[in-house]
Amino acid sequence: MLAMNYRGPRRVRIDQKPEPEILHPQDAIVRVTRSCICGSDLHLYNGSVPDTRVGMTFGHEICGIVEEVGQGVEKLKTGDHVLVPFNIACGKCVFCQQEMYGNCHESNPEATAVGGIYGYSHTAGGYDGGQAEYVRVPYADVSPTIIPEWMDLDDAVMMTDVVPTGYQAAEMGGIQPGDTVVVFGAGPVGIMAARCAWLFGAGRVIVIDHVDYRLEFVRDYAPAEVYNYKELGDVVVFLKKTTDWIGADVCIDAVGAEATGRVMQTLLGKQLHLMGGAATALQWAINGVRKGGVVSVVGVYGPIGTLVPIGNVVNKGLTLRGNQASVKRLLPRLMEHVRNGIIDPKALITHRIPLEEVAEGYRMFSAKLDNCIKPVLIPPRARS
Amino acid sequence: MENEFVDLETRKIENKPIDPSQVKGWGVDADPENDPTYPMRMRGSKDEHAGYSWERPPPQPIDVEVLHSNERPNVSSTFGTSTPPAGLSGMIRRRAFNFSENSYGHWVPLMLADRIGMVEGVVSDLAHGHVPNIFGEMGLKAEWKHNRTGLLMKIGAGALVTAAVITVVRSRRQDSDE
Ligand SMILES: NC(=O)c1ccc[n+]([C@@H]2O[C@H](COP(=O)([O-])OP(=O)(O)OC[C@H]3O[C@@H](n4cnc5c(N)ncnc54)[C@H](O)[C@@H]3O)[C@@H](O)[C@H]2O)c1
Ligand SMILES: [Zn+2]
Ligand SMILES: [Zn+2]
Repeated sequence: MLAMNYRGPRRVRIDQKPEPEILHPQDAIVRVTRSCICGSDLHLYNGSVPDTRVGMTFGHEICGIVEEVGQGVEKLKTGDHVLVPFNIACGKCVFCQQEMYGNCHESNPEATAVGGIYGYSHTAGGYDGGQAEYVRVPYADVSPTIIPEWMDLDDAVMMTDVVPTGYQAAEMGGIQPGDTVVVFGAGPVGIMAARCAWLFGAGRVIVIDHVDYRLEFVRDYAPAEVYNYKELGDVVVFLKKTTDWIGADVCIDAVGAEATGRVMQTLLGKQLHLMGGAATALQWAINGVRKGGVVSVVGVYGPIGTLVPIGNVVNKGLTLRGNQASVKRLLPRLMEHVRNGIIDPKALITHRIPLEEVAEGYRMFSAKLDNCIKPVLIPPRARS
Repeated sequence: MENEFVDLETRKIENKPIDPSQVKGWGVDADPENDPTYPMRMRGSKDEHAGYSWERPPPQPIDVEVLHSNERPNVSSTFGTSTPPAGLSGMIRRRAFNFSENSYGHWVPLMLADRIGMVEGVVSDLAHGHVPNIFGEMGLKAEWKHNRTGLLMKIGAGALVTAAVITVVRSRRQDSDE
């Protein structure tokens, strides 16, 4: 089958690889019809995630048709068209039992701090991902969900990660009616977080990035007040001024390790890899939020420490919350929102790219070429 | 609507007025209980304090080499079988797993192994008679299509730096010849 093949930092290609097989009674094999490239993949692509092995196939935002199921699978059958949440979750462990499906303890031997994720290095379990024609889906009865007839395939693939992650970013903010919410990052996740902040009753939603075409998009889509941080001078002072010198009620970090904007963070976090990424947005979030405020982190960082002003978290009495989105927990509510037209996920998809052109797809998304917001890879068989 | 604290002269994007009550879906999920102390985990389930005692899913047979964190006693019930450790990078990875996730002794060698793995990847490509198309793998076609000037400038800058280095090296050589 055709599959994306990681060759080293900023080098990927399409190759022929053997098709996946059932390795566990609760596995399914899914023939991929859509798989996205995500901001999370950029951490792998840039070589920032430890134990990312050459030869691996990435891809954790997957839709496809069930091709084969293991003998222990009861809910899914061959031919079902499913959306596959990015978290691999067993449904049995104490964390899954508490609906923390993004923190499963039975899907990743290599690290206890993170659950299994498709195509996300060995630090997240060593699974080959869905930027391929076929993918192995463990615990097929737990998270994978049959796509309802009314739902567009492009909406469905956005439900595997972007929509729940943006929603959970807002949810973890504990937004109260009238709150001022600042979202750092106008990538797909930040855009969705800004949209969802309103659902929790925000009074004002501000988005900060430095890529104008993305800011323009989120301004109209969320909608939101948008600012290019390069035009603000000191971002934190700006946030203080614009909130009558108090600070935002809630700050959301939807940037993560690849942040730009501060030389020291970039040098230590992105160039020397001495930290788990550049924590620039997180620093701005902590310093720009009000005393007693909440900082909600969905931006992904590596497993080693990063430079954050933790002293200010103490002094300001902040609540810091973060997680990998618990996709399965949120799906029922979010499917309703899509059905009711409250959330329009597919509007974020700007590029439909043949799987064979995966290298160009990564480059385009990473370098933000051609006004790219969200690229979707489509394997040959799903195009005809 | 514009923010009085932003320099309008240099600002490229104009904001528009927003009336929250007119935003589609405003407040549909507002939840006063979800204050900052609201826990993500659902408290009170019966096994919450029972440790690692749940009824585990059946184990996936271990027929490839799987490294497991020493912060857990076993291999999880499922695991990925992509790219098992091999070669020099594999040796380094195995050693890294003697250290916990809490230790640089774990993560730094893994990063090193990743870089070595990249070289091993090129060697293995060549050994299989495949000369990797590095420019293709970098997706430069996309830059050529959508950012030609930027790409040419990068190449130009690279060429200038190379030329400068060569000149300096040459003049040094000439200096030392004298
Ligand atoms: N927690 C989860 O479950 C989860 C799920 C998906 C993605 N993520 C993470 O969310 C983050 C965003 O994902 P995405 O797909 O939107 O990625 P993306 O790379 O498309 O977007 C990131 C945006 O941040 C902007 N940015 C960079 N530095 C900034 C700064 N200092 N301040 C403000 N903006 C800045 C970039 O210009 C870019 O537009 C990534 O770190 C990704 O790994 C987390
Ligand atoms: Zn993703
Ligand atoms: Zn679990």
